[in-house]
Amino acid sequence: MNTTHTAPAVRQTGGDVRLSGISKTYGSFTAVHPLDLTVPRGSFFALLGASGCGKTTTLRMIAGLEEPTTGTVSLGDQDVTRLPPYKRPVNTVFQSYALFPHLDIFENVAFGLRRRGIKGVKKQVEEMLDLVQLGEQARKKPHQLSGGQQQRVAVARALINHPRVLLLDEPLGALDLKLRRQMQLELKRIQTEVGITFVHVTHDQEEAMTMADTVAVMNGGRVEQLGAPADLYENPRTTFVANFLGTSNFIEAEVGSHRGDDLLLDACGDRLVLPRARCGAPAAVGTKVLAGVRPEKISLAHADDAGAVPGDRNRLTGTIAEASFTGVATQYVLDSPACPRFSVYVQNVDRDTRLVPGAEVVAHWSPAHTFGLDAAQDAGAGAEETA
Amino acid sequence: MALLTWLKRHLVVLAGLLTLGYLLLPNVIVTVFSFNQPKGRFNYEWQHFSADAWKDPCGVADLCGSLALSLQIAFWATLGATVLGTMIAFALVRYRFRARGAISSLLFLPMAMPEVVMAASLLTLFLNMGARLGFWTVLIAHIMFCLSFVVTAVKARVMSMDPRLEQAAQDLYAGPFQTFLRVTLPIAAPGIAAGALLAFALSFDDFIITNFNAGSAVTFPMFVWGSAQRGTPVQINVIGTAMFVVAVLLVLASMALGRRRTRRKA
Repeated sequence: MNTTHTAPAVRQTGGDVRLSGISKTYGSFTAVHPLDLTVPRGSFFALLGASGCGKTTTLRMIAGLEEPTTGTVSLGDQDVTRLPPYKRPVNTVFQSYALFPHLDIFENVAFGLRRRGIKGVKKQVEEMLDLVQLGEQARKKPHQLSGGQQQRVAVARALINHPRVLLLDEPLGALDLKLRRQMQLELKRIQTEVGITFVHVTHDQEEAMTMADTVAVMNGGRVEQLGAPADLYENPRTTFVANFLGTSNFIEAEVGSHRGDDLLLDACGDRLVLPRARCGAPAAVGTKVLAGVRPEKISLAHADDAGAVPGDRNRLTGTIAEASFTGVATQYVLDSPACPRFSVYVQNVDRDTRLVPGAEVVAHWSPAHTFGLDAAQDAGAGAEETA
Repeated sequence: MALLTWLKRHLVVLAGLLTLGYLLLPNVIVTVFSFNQPKGRFNYEWQHFSADAWKDPCGVADLCGSLALSLQIAFWATLGATVLGTMIAFALVRYRFRARGAISSLLFLPMAMPEVVMAASLLTLFLNMGARLGFWTVLIAHIMFCLSFVVTAVKARVMSMDPRLEQAAQDLYAGPFQTFLRVTLPIAAPGIAAGALLAFALSFDDFIITNFNAGSAVTFPMFVWGSAQRGTPVQINVIGTAMFVVAVLLVLASMALGRRRTRRKA
């Protein structure tokens, strides 16, 4: 299978990194299936997936640290597939940084310039250390710095070479949550400042969505879907994407009839409306589809108030099985004939005290927030892998 | 009671000092007796202080010649064993090839073999090959038994090295040779230095294998053994003390250098 993924912006600017039919196999194991991918110039591009999905292998093939089994890697107009890593205008921020322990911070940052025979590196290195706010630490050894500082040295060491593309391999994985949030903003700031294309590998969906302009979700050595973060979140095309990015409910349903631009679905006696454009599966009458909806798009009404729910909403009846208060919201799990574990997040604006476990309720949401997927796939794919 | 409490509190320090004394006492004796003026030919009883031997360390026939030979052999054996051992260690850690495990275990054999047996077998081998015993046969034997120790020391260091460091160097425009020179070698250096020091010490004071395979050549340990039959000149203690002092000074210098470097960089 050879699928093409191209981010919309590419058509105007031309891609900076182009992977064509690239794949990697180790013996009988295929780490990356033939893949076409174009990363637009100056963009912040994220490869997102669980461990073992092929995202790091893909990154290492761009860096030249892994030789592709098939296909080519191009940077701009140049085919670099056969070039060794030290001849590619690409630099990497490694997982756990890989700073040289025997060199001080200054020499770590100067390493790339010195290897290319550039003289008088002092001014450049000092400027770069100032950019990452480490000017004072130039003469320390890597082990004398904190994790966050080491991370910034790794970024400085790569960026000082003005690479055509900066590759980041889970660069924030070793940091604690607070520092990670801070470094996400920092990296985004640096990227905007220097305007270099960033390709970022991560398993953290929130990190990918916060930082990247374009996210490619990878699973089992293939790109499942590619797009802007909001687009991926609102219009997932597979259950894996729907579950890996946030949480989704899936209702098994059958296409009952067509009405204008909408499909009318039967789900165990409940009728659901799905805009035709939001259905990613064949929609002939009688076919099975999975109707998906995000838990935060749903409202809850007590069964006594069912009459007050507007008639154009999709609705599902059930009983509350679990309710957990999380401060800003309450998470409910409903037991419904159409969907045995149906999640609903309700913001704690006005709390209805009748909504307790055992209560009969009506869950309702706008048909525009419903998406339809092919019922042939596993509705739980990707759910347990979310970090 | 008070004594018991004091003992309890200082037991660790006391044990440490006793062990240190146990380790250093022989060295102290060597040093003290280098200032002795023995009555007869044997330097086994303290008579009275004299610095005569220190003023004329080469005063005994053949002593300094044997010392020079030992230092020469130790130097070349260290060089040979360190270069070969480092390459073997890298090969064993970095590459997967047939019989890699077997070679790894075989390298321990020279360490496990009783030295006397090894010495006699080497002599048999050299004689059968028609080799002339002397400097070269000793050097070949020394490189052989030092090799296992160097491989062990370097292997431990290379194994603990993050392969990503070399990938990072390549990513930062260092070709294979530059990567080895600027990253691999400096990081492996402590292991290589440890192996080299070990090889030097082992070669310098080896007696058994050397004695079997030296022919007419006389190394320093052989000279000491030979002279011990007829009488021990004080100069032996002088040489011993001097070696000890040089070693201690080297250790102190390297420590001071390391401390100054960290202070300057901090």
